[in-house]
Amino acid sequence: MDNALRELYQEVILDHSRHPRHHGVLDGATHQAEGYNPLCGDRVTVYLKLGDDNRVADIKFVGKGCAISQASASMMTEMLRGRTAHEADRLMKGFLHLVRGEDASDLPDDDRERLEVMGGISEFPMRVKCATLAWHTYKNAVEEGKKEAAA
Amino acid sequence: MNAPGKIAASFDVEKARADFEILSRTVYGKPLVYLDSGASAQKPRIVLDGMRDFAQTEYANVHRGVHFLSAAATDRYEAARRTVQKFLNAAREDEIVFTKGGTEAINLVSYSYLAPRIQPGDEIVLTVMEHHSNVVPWHFLRERQGAVLRWVDVRDDGSLDIEALDAAITPATKLVAVTHMSNVLGTVTPLKEIVARSHAKGVPVLADGCQGAVHEMVDVQALDIDFYAITGHKLYGPTGIGALYAKRTHLKAMRPFQGGGEMIREVAKDRISYADPPARFEAGTPPIIESVGLATALDYLSAFDRKAVSAHEHDLLTYAREQVGQFNWLRVIGDAPDKGAILSFEAEGMHAHDLATILDREGVAVRAGHHCAQPLMERFGVTSTSRASFALYNTRADVDALIAGLHKARGILM
Repeated sequence: MDNALRELYQEVILDHSRHPRHHGVLDGATHQAEGYNPLCGDRVTVYLKLGDDNRVADIKFVGKGCAISQASASMMTEMLRGRTAHEADRLMKGFLHLVRGEDASDLPDDDRERLEVMGGISEFPMRVKCATLAWHTYKNAVEEGKKEAAA
Repeated sequence: MNAPGKIAASFDVEKARADFEILSRTVYGKPLVYLDSGASAQKPRIVLDGMRDFAQTEYANVHRGVHFLSAAATDRYEAARRTVQKFLNAAREDEIVFTKGGTEAINLVSYSYLAPRIQPGDEIVLTVMEHHSNVVPWHFLRERQGAVLRWVDVRDDGSLDIEALDAAITPATKLVAVTHMSNVLGTVTPLKEIVARSHAKGVPVLADGCQGAVHEMVDVQALDIDFYAITGHKLYGPTGIGALYAKRTHLKAMRPFQGGGEMIREVAKDRISYADPPARFEAGTPPIIESVGLATALDYLSAFDRKAVSAHEHDLLTYAREQVGQFNWLRVIGDAPDKGAILSFEAEGMHAHDLATILDREGVAVRAGHHCAQPLMERFGVTSTSRASFALYNTRADVDALIAGLHKARGILM
């Protein structure tokens, strides 16, 4: 089989898309945002409970879309849980570098190893947006998604 | 396998394929299998050569200069208009307005014809299977002028219920806007009947012919239709050009669309008068080279036995439909009788974009997504479908490649 395809649809990614982690509405979320890609109809809503200094105390998502978008959202929730705002920013930057096939060496080794599974997407430029949707939605939730009740 | 000779002796698909250079290229090392002509068709060599030859020997701006080349270019541009006239069997050449595509043609009708005639509460009838280009221009009138959109549903097989459409036309209806052929379902609408029913109630009809004109013979006089929009790039012609057919009586009564050169009679500092149709609706320098390309494409298509081409495309559709019908993990969306050569489907557990990515690596180009038809996606309870659309240059081998790709995708994703 095509190596690039094997790399893209490897078991870890398919497993995340079939059995998404932290899937569902987060009760008591302090922040949330909806991401939508009008080109393909992929949809993801990210719920956050932010602690002191915007540390990700809890995170969940619901969504509908292709395997890449859903797997990426699922993996993101695993990666972001417990992170400080600064760590989360660095993760996101590194992830964006990775999926665009750019240098991601500024990521800590263990983070890079876990995220590298998504690196295969860089061979599929038309699909990069699928992988980044959840991360942009997370960022949007932090910056503009503060819920009224939690204010 | 391929036996085009058995399908229609008067259409030789291999000979036609040789006209399209791009079909001999490979993608990721695999022969290109192009099943996305519904989005845009490939261009035969004669179209590309024709445009280049024109640009190299007769090109200048039109309707302006008195010099030799301007006259030559104007002749070609106006000849292209007559080619479109003939293709649609319009009564007069000045009933053809060149636009940049089907979308602009429909926006022109929305702005110049319908908008001045809309009062709050007036209704526009359209079907749920319209492409956004035949939806959004009417939404503008809803948003800005209080028009009401009356949606006609399709049956579960994707066919149009003419009685439902008839029932949706009320004394408040100002226009029926309907596709000639759905870009997702392949459904071909009974335009003649739609026009007859609408006219019986005094309502004009616009047809979006962007798909229909490719696969059906269009005779606007026999249809007695008021407006018919086409686009060049789906008709094996270039991008950047389309046309609107409109009855002379409508065009004469319509206000200008865009303002600029070419569309005026006289401009003073405090008054203005406008050119007669079609120039009134063709502001600015038109797509001149593209008009030559479009005319060449229409001549190319018309030189075939169109019935034989249609039979060939239907054979491909039937062949593909039979095979996917055997997969219990695949749901075909759109099975209307006598539909055109478009196959849309949803595959269990496989998102359309993942499927399209895997097919792509096999060299098979299909469209995945909502196909600019979100009301239709909602009707069938899906967010996206995969679509294979067949053109005159496709073969049964292309269908075989699609089927093999579907099996492969299932192997990877499931």
